[in-house]
Amino acid sequence: MWQILSVGLKSLLLHKLRSALAILGILIGVTAVIWLVAMGEGVSYQAQQQIKDLGANNIIIRSTKPPAEALRGGGFIIAYGLLRADFERIVTNVPTLSQAVPMREITREARYLDNVTDVRLVGCTSKYLEMNNLRLARGRFISDKDLESAENVCIIGADTARILFPYQDPIGQFLQVEDAFYVVVGQTESKTPSAGIGGSMSAQDFNLDVYIPLATLRARIGDMVVTSRAGSREGEQVELSQITVTVRDLEQVDETADIIRALLGRFHPVQDYAIVVPKELLQQAQVLQMMFNLLLVLIAGIALLVGGIGIMNIMLATVTERTREIGIRRALGAKQRDIVSQFLSETIVLSATGGLLGVFIGFLCRPAIVGTRSLVGSLFPDVISSLPPNIQQLEPRLAWWSIIAAFLISVGVGVLFGLYPAQRAARMDPIEALRHE
Amino acid sequence: MAEIKMAAQVIDVHKDYVLKGGITVRALRGVSIDFPEGDFVAIMGTSGSGKSTLLNLLGCLDRCSSGKYILAGQDVSQLSDDELSEIRCRYLGFIFQSYNLIAQLTVVENIELPLYYQGNTSKEAKEHCLALAEMVGLKERLDHRPFQLSGGQQQRVAIARALVNNPRVILADEPTGNLDSATGEEIMQLLEALNAAGKTIIMVTHEPDIAARAHRTLRMRDGKLEQHTPTGALA
Repeated sequence: MWQILSVGLKSLLLHKLRSALAILGILIGVTAVIWLVAMGEGVSYQAQQQIKDLGANNIIIRSTKPPAEALRGGGFIIAYGLLRADFERIVTNVPTLSQAVPMREITREARYLDNVTDVRLVGCTSKYLEMNNLRLARGRFISDKDLESAENVCIIGADTARILFPYQDPIGQFLQVEDAFYVVVGQTESKTPSAGIGGSMSAQDFNLDVYIPLATLRARIGDMVVTSRAGSREGEQVELSQITVTVRDLEQVDETADIIRALLGRFHPVQDYAIVVPKELLQQAQVLQMMFNLLLVLIAGIALLVGGIGIMNIMLATVTERTREIGIRRALGAKQRDIVSQFLSETIVLSATGGLLGVFIGFLCRPAIVGTRSLVGSLFPDVISSLPPNIQQLEPRLAWWSIIAAFLISVGVGVLFGLYPAQRAARMDPIEALRHE
Repeated sequence: MAEIKMAAQVIDVHKDYVLKGGITVRALRGVSIDFPEGDFVAIMGTSGSGKSTLLNLLGCLDRCSSGKYILAGQDVSQLSDDELSEIRCRYLGFIFQSYNLIAQLTVVENIELPLYYQGNTSKEAKEHCLALAEMVGLKERLDHRPFQLSGGQQQRVAIARALVNNPRVILADEPTGNLDSATGEEIMQLLEALNAAGKTIIMVTHEPDIAARAHRTLRMRDGKLEQHTPTGALA
């Protein structure tokens, strides 16, 4: 066995460039398998992580603006979306919930001295923090007492704090929205914005937020939002932007979603809300991921196929070139299978070498991608910042199965594509082969 | 007359080739020869006379269309490809006009090759190879590659290789054809020495003075033996 391999190795070393090119073909294929799977795994991990952030036990019901012709209420004020009554109905009628959090969000201009920025003004309850996996950097969050008495307090996001209160502690300062002032009582830690998932869940950025008690928002700003545009005024009336409910048992998530759907359907003739079930998204994401992986493996498989054809090409040339050697070996007593194993061992040496190098380069996937990104980032910052955040933050994740599979496939490709040239060598007539110049 | 042990026996052998156009070429038309052990035969003949065909049959590289070929006591005329490989490996040694050494192997590796196909990679086998290399006078060049050797030296390696499996018959196809006369003479002396030590040698040549070194000469014409001179040396 060892002797066969050493003979194979020797004749490969005789044609270094040729062997190197054949190895390169396999190497690229194996590297492609490992890198592509690693990227796929990275994307999938990111998506699943985002969905998990939403909470697999949660059901999110959001107000959505229905098409213009289906609106209730006349005049220039459009009323749509979830109602406070919907919240009460869900809490009293759905028994499987452990908690329910109503929320109202609008975009407003926040001001502190000369610092101004547009923020997402969120009216919510005390549970909002935990439900969105947010953490406090300093101070406290909204308390139940704040809610009851509609206190003028606010908690600000990390970017809000940076823009409005640069180089100072925002706690105790007064933040102005429209004509009302709110005492800053807390600040959240920075959280990586999540990308949108499917069509029903848009991207979420918690860093430019201002949280105030829901009751305060209702009292200070109200349900109606009037915007003036050139010549016309438009009003929108929305009571709640979102209701997030947590189901006690993961098994009951699907049923609960159905109950809520039926319940809301009875009171909303127009579809002016959307129900997002992260658990379903998670399952969809997993199915999608499998298909994606399959596709990547297919692409990488094509790369390996090309590599295999390269090996076959080179081995056929080698066999023709060494016809006389085959004749000599046959005359000296080599059986057909000895010739097959000789040439097959050469292809296996080629493809296994390519496979090993490919695995080695496969391990460099992470540094290579991170390095390329930072290089491109420093040369063309605009290019990077124009990319969606999933790509900006994509971390390839090496999958062990892909490394093992890629190596085994490369050896398999060697055997598969080496078999024909080896057979051809073995089937030569020894007399003809000896006569070959 | 005392019974003579036969190294090889060819009995009424025919060989037909069918060419692409459907024309049948009758290369051998009933050849019968006995090769007693220790024989040294030269086969002569013009090209197309069938001498190469005969040598290929004797070398178990080909099968005859009809007739028998008995080598080492068994009829090998209709064996399978694998069995013929086995026969070549155990009972035959080849010496070619163009030496036919394997370029990427060293001298000693070339000599070892038949043993490798026998599956014999023992230490004794290695020592046997070294002894043979010494016998043909190449002890100093064991790790040389064929292209580093002269033609005569290469043919010596080929002879050592032909001897390594201790064959019943050595087949030599124009062994001196590519060599100058002085080197050819050395090779012939080596073959004669081997024959004197008891080896059966069948040699194809078209040089009469080389053929004259053998015990007897067979002439071939049109696929038949023209002249069969029984050897007196062995009688």
